[in-house]
Amino acid sequence: MFHNLQDMQHTASLVTKVFIQRDYSEGTVCRFQTKFPAELDNRIERALLEQTVKTLNSYYVEAEKVGGQSYLEGCLACATAYIVFLCMETRYEKVLKKISGYIQEQNEKIYAPRGLLLTDPIERGMRVLEISVFEDRGSSGSSPSSSMSSCSTAR
Amino acid sequence: YYYNSILPPSCTGHRGRTPRRKWQVFPGRNRFYCDGRVMMARQTGVFYLTLVLILLTSGLFFAFDCPYLASNLSPAIPAVGAVLFVFVMGMLFRASFSDPGVLPRATPDEAADLERQIDSTGCSKPPPRTREVLINGQTVKLKYCFTCKIFRPPRASHCSLCDNCVERFDHHCPWVGNCVGRRNYRFFYLFILSLSFLTIFIFAFVITHVVLRSNRTGFLTTLKDSPVVVCFFSVWSIVGLSGFHTYLISSNQTTNEDIKGTWSKKEGKDNYNPYSYGNVLTNCCAALCGPLPPSLIDRRGLIQADTPQTAHQSNGTGGGSYCDQDQCLQSTKFVLQAAATPLLHSDPVVLPPLPAKPASLGGPCAYLAPAQPTLPSCAGDVLTLRDTAVDSHCHHHLHLHHLHHHQHFASPEETPCGTPQGALPCPAHMHLQHPAPPVRYDPVTQDSLHEDSVRGLVKLSSV
Repeated sequence: MFHNLQDMQHTASLVTKVFIQRDYSEGTVCRFQTKFPAELDNRIERALLEQTVKTLNSYYVEAEKVGGQSYLEGCLACATAYIVFLCMETRYEKVLKKISGYIQEQNEKIYAPRGLLLTDPIERGMRVLEISVFEDRGSSGSSPSSSMSSCSTAR
Repeated sequence: YYYNSILPPSCTGHRGRTPRRKWQVFPGRNRFYCDGRVMMARQTGVFYLTLVLILLTSGLFFAFDCPYLASNLSPAIPAVGAVLFVFVMGMLFRASFSDPGVLPRATPDEAADLERQIDSTGCSKPPPRTREVLINGQTVKLKYCFTCKIFRPPRASHCSLCDNCVERFDHHCPWVGNCVGRRNYRFFYLFILSLSFLTIFIFAFVITHVVLRSNRTGFLTTLKDSPVVVCFFSVWSIVGLSGFHTYLISSNQTTNEDIKGTWSKKEGKDNYNPYSYGNVLTNCCAALCGPLPPSLIDRRGLIQADTPQTAHQSNGTGGGSYCDQDQCLQSTKFVLQAAATPLLHSDPVVLPPLPAKPASLGGPCAYLAPAQPTLPSCAGDVLTLRDTAVDSHCHHHLHLHHLHHHQHFASPEETPCGTPQGALPCPAHMHLQHPAPPVRYDPVTQDSLHEDSVRGLVKLSSV
């Protein structure tokens, strides 16, 4: 059982990486597929991963929304010949910071205890949501599935 | 803006060297200045020409015409002119120096994962190196980029001159010295729009000055001090270009799509642009005032000692060894496919009639100097736009491709495995036998070979 990210890094070895690809069915807006990858079947509950991906997608929609606030920002920036961005952050950047905070929190609370690690899509050029799957080197007998079965209440 | 990495770096740079920045190992063919803050294409000659033209014309206007106009008509004239000039320069620099929306190349793990997925589908329809997506009721084909090892998002295209995949690729503009893509399209548009206003402004007031002056002195003496002739040609070409791009923005198309006729009405097929918002105003607002996405390539970030870089095949986190082998497989496959495809009949590449933009840009350059230095870049420009056209049989470029080939694989994909041929295990033989027999025309491999051959041709044609 992993206690935190540091712990996992030192005791675990990387087994494989699972990639969740982009979903382009809504156009060029940033969105990840909610299809559950088969490799994670016995590592994490479907609902949890789906919830994470859905929340991330909603963050990206917020960042790329073409609406009142973005118009205001755009016009202000154009009027100042874009110099205003030297002192101000764009809305997209603000949302990206929120996303990285969210991913950190999800890793600590949900994914690290199951031997998984999410990588922020911005570090992979927004192409994929990378999930690193770790195997616990220290405890050879116990497997993550046994710890999960003890958690699950469906008997 | 520093992206926090979730894994803390385990190895602090104790090699005694200053840590390097990511732009120094960037795999594309770009040039970086000011320690990664400025990003441009490799050939910047024409950009300096643009600068000189604008500065010269404006300089002559302010020096010779403004004193007369300010004293005889109004001091507001030079003031407005100065504001326009500053705006034009600002937009030019923004368009030239910023990241157009380059997509970083896939990490080795991602590439291997995609490769596995592609090979597992076998010879199914659609061909494995394309994916079909339904966007807003319209079927769009996503192509696999062999250089960047990713499936290109819709509207992205690979620029042969910069060797990058660019999001919402419009065109590669030699005048601006950069690609025009998602992140700098609005700056490019505002640049040509404000430049149209500036040239019309200068032209109008120069004519006014000439007319007023010629009452006293001769018409020809006044004319020779004014930048009239340069202005005349610039006005028509720049105004024409602005008009063209205004049309593109209002219909939410890229130059790439317009030239290929991707969304034009075809008989028998219900073809429409799925990205358009429906009305002209929304399209314009979205293009100019939409959110500005940040750069995906993090050029000023420091290279972590233990993170794998796509440029150098260093063994990163675990699983690196099988990834490198896969790189070898890819490279070998590519080489064998290229070698096996015979040189077919040498049909000349029939390029479509050029739209307003390249033709009209020939205007000022034809006026100033023999057009030699600029024509190859214009040609390169058009070739770039055609780089993913599968239907043109330009196999006579294949011999160029062979020359170019080793060069291409030497730089970004430096594989640690020395002998790709000999050292491969069993899966390699499966891979090598798997691709279509060489004689049959395989649109997918021809696509990638065509890309590469175009790149090769452009390399040879550019000065």
